[in-house]
Amino acid sequence: MIPELGQVALVLALALALMQVVLPLVGAARDNASWMAVAPPAAQGQLFFIGFAFLALMQAYVSSDFSVAVVADNSNSAMPLIYKAAATWGNHEGSLLLWVLILAIFGAAVGTFGNNLPPKLKARVLSVQAMIAVGFLAFMLLTSNPFARLGQPPADGADLNPLLQDPGLAFHPPMLYLGYVGFSMAFSFAVAALIEGRVDAAWARWVRPWTLAAWIALTAGITGGSWWSYYELGWGGWWAWDPVENASFMPWLLGTALLHSAIVVEKRDALKSWTMLLAILTFGMSLVGTFLVRSGVLTSVHAFATDPARGVFILLLLVVAIGGSLTLFAIRAPTLRDGGLFQPISREGALILNNLLLAVGCVVVFLGTFMPLFADVLQLGAISVGAPYYFLIFNPFAALLVVVTAIGPLLPWKRADLAGALQRLTIAAIATLLVAGLVWWLKTGGPLFGILGAALGTWLLVGTVVEFVERIGLRAPAEALRRARQLPRAAYGMTLAHAGLAVAILGMTGSAAWKQEEIRTMRAGDTVSLAGYDYRFDGVADVAGPNYTATRGTFTVTKEGAPVVTLHPEKRVYPVQGMPTTEAAIHTTGLADLYAVIDTPDAAGGVAVHLYHQPLVPWIWGGAFLMVLGGLVSLSDRRLRVGAPSRRRVMAVARP
Amino acid sequence: MTVAPDQQAGALSRRLLYLLPVVLFLAVAGYFLAALWMNRNPQEVPSALVGKPSPDFALGPLLPNVPGVARADLNGSVVLINFFASWCVPCRAEHPFLMHMAADASLPIFGIDWQDKPDAARAYIQELGNPYARIGLDQSGRTGIDFGITGVPETFVVGRDGRICFRQWGPVTDEDTAVALLARIKECRG
Repeated sequence: MIPELGQVALVLALALALMQVVLPLVGAARDNASWMAVAPPAAQGQLFFIGFAFLALMQAYVSSDFSVAVVADNSNSAMPLIYKAAATWGNHEGSLLLWVLILAIFGAAVGTFGNNLPPKLKARVLSVQAMIAVGFLAFMLLTSNPFARLGQPPADGADLNPLLQDPGLAFHPPMLYLGYVGFSMAFSFAVAALIEGRVDAAWARWVRPWTLAAWIALTAGITGGSWWSYYELGWGGWWAWDPVENASFMPWLLGTALLHSAIVVEKRDALKSWTMLLAILTFGMSLVGTFLVRSGVLTSVHAFATDPARGVFILLLLVVAIGGSLTLFAIRAPTLRDGGLFQPISREGALILNNLLLAVGCVVVFLGTFMPLFADVLQLGAISVGAPYYFLIFNPFAALLVVVTAIGPLLPWKRADLAGALQRLTIAAIATLLVAGLVWWLKTGGPLFGILGAALGTWLLVGTVVEFVERIGLRAPAEALRRARQLPRAAYGMTLAHAGLAVAILGMTGSAAWKQEEIRTMRAGDTVSLAGYDYRFDGVADVAGPNYTATRGTFTVTKEGAPVVTLHPEKRVYPVQGMPTTEAAIHTTGLADLYAVIDTPDAAGGVAVHLYHQPLVPWIWGGAFLMVLGGLVSLSDRRLRVGAPSRRRVMAVARP
Repeated sequence: MTVAPDQQAGALSRRLLYLLPVVLFLAVAGYFLAALWMNRNPQEVPSALVGKPSPDFALGPLLPNVPGVARADLNGSVVLINFFASWCVPCRAEHPFLMHMAADASLPIFGIDWQDKPDAARAYIQELGNPYARIGLDQSGRTGIDFGITGVPETFVVGRDGRICFRQWGPVTDEDTAVALLARIKECRG
């Protein structure tokens, strides 16, 4: 009964969304306040019905109702409760429902808290938001109904893919979707502004918090996924340029660009049409990611079961949403006039360079991701694009971006003195040379990019600190403290985020340049040395989990005789799906990870063992954490919550 | 109101510039549609080689006492070509099966050491034993690409006529896969 109610709720949500598309849009065109006023309650109603449907599906999972097809295919009565609940979105249908739920949350938030928005803009934003909801609700009901029942329910479910049976499933997809779907807000605001034909500083001020929130969630989601694959897949890496990783990285690159260009719109009334384009393309990239995962055109660890009908439907959505909005852009954007003038060497100029580099980076990733597909369509033969391509083509742009990121914040608006800014970075330059020299001296014979990466990370880190110290001044401590207290939170946010990027770059460089590994067939009692640590293998034991059995190995790790840690990597087998998974054992020293993986023992009692020494990998997570923290601090800035928009409106009214 | 012609032309090219995003997008969407239309399975692409003559290659030896492999060595009898690498854990898992096959001596096994460091590969063979009649060193990975492998290990059965008869994707570690592979070898013998 409850699943049927869930389905009815989805149909009702679709009906409400249709109404929310039409009435507010027509109302805004005809100045009809009561038609526009339909939008907020409709958005809240959508959230209610979709939330109900989501809880109904979760209830079916938690109570192991195997008469519901997706539950029978993706759950099992022996699974721990948390995975039963998280399995709700561990499949195509359920994850789509989560997608729509988050969309509804954002829509209802604008409807409820957007009181300081001009009524017409608000009505149009909510109408566009509802168009997206209509598309996805129809997609779900027509091709991927999560509540479809089975005629003959099985006694037990087919189990969730064992790789997904991990706490990572509880946070990675929701975070990622918060990011993807969050960019729909920037999209809706952009389309609404294009319909209206007006973009001003106030517009940018409304859009920025939404974009920032989405960016924070996407950053956390991507990092979470990277961390998950690092410890769960047992391959010793954290990024593989897999098509679906790229699909999350492309909106991140464009979203980062959008975040920065919106500042220019807000503060300097310039870059308007470029910002519109970015807002449309960022969400477009989110939709392309959805298309990639669910249509089966590319192969990836993330791909859901493929179904061409779904692919065609999403492609249709993509063409209507992105093709439509880009057409609107082509018609309306030429009429947008930029206000603020500026010299090429200025804060604006630096932000434009930032945007260009991020956009080019996105194009590079896009081509790398889709080249195999395009080559196939053009019958050029099967090609594959791998890490060397990104290393050679993407990294140079990224490196240039990092160089600029340290300089940009030191440049004033309108017109700047580049030589003066560089002079203020003298300390950063000295530190960079020192670190580069130190790395060269310590790691003579290591790859050149290790030195370059360490230098870049240092440059950005010290440059960011220099900028912050200059802001608060180096006079009396009391004066510096007073200034630090007066500094807007957005400034702290930038400092944290840029420093986080620097730390993450150091981590990525360390792991890519100086990773060491050892593969060996070991027997109990054997010892292997790696990077100064001795790993003694103490054999394997069989252990039983709630719904799996595992072979657990034991390594006693010592350094120069002193005990460091005992590692317990596991090889698990989930009998329902008959699928083995690897549980890497990781010990972090803060400067490096000791990482051990085992395979199942062979007949002679030997165990294939893969040991890695992963320098600086923890810094990647630490850097990403700083970036997320910077975003959150910036989001809590008063200026983003209340303030100027409403005041400005009062002023506009007061003027004759 | 009159507008100077060059100003008009400027406005036009400005408009065309703003049309560029939607045009590019539609081109990409066209590719997506074509890809869906072809209804291809990306994982199956390499198996197109089955039934075709083996790609041409000539690889130098890895070990002093074991010769290298070339296309010319494939004619005359049914052989197994096994792509492996010392850094590959599943290859280790598969190795006992290969040793078993070699002890059986029913057909020659040629190894291709793919994208590997020669020293590491020599240590690997030394540690686990050598099931291969010939080992070619494919350091650049070119031969692997020509064979369309997506990773290691992969094993190809090449028939008497030098045509690829069967492709085994992934390691042979359990009995079912081994039996299936042996059956395919029998078929390829004709």
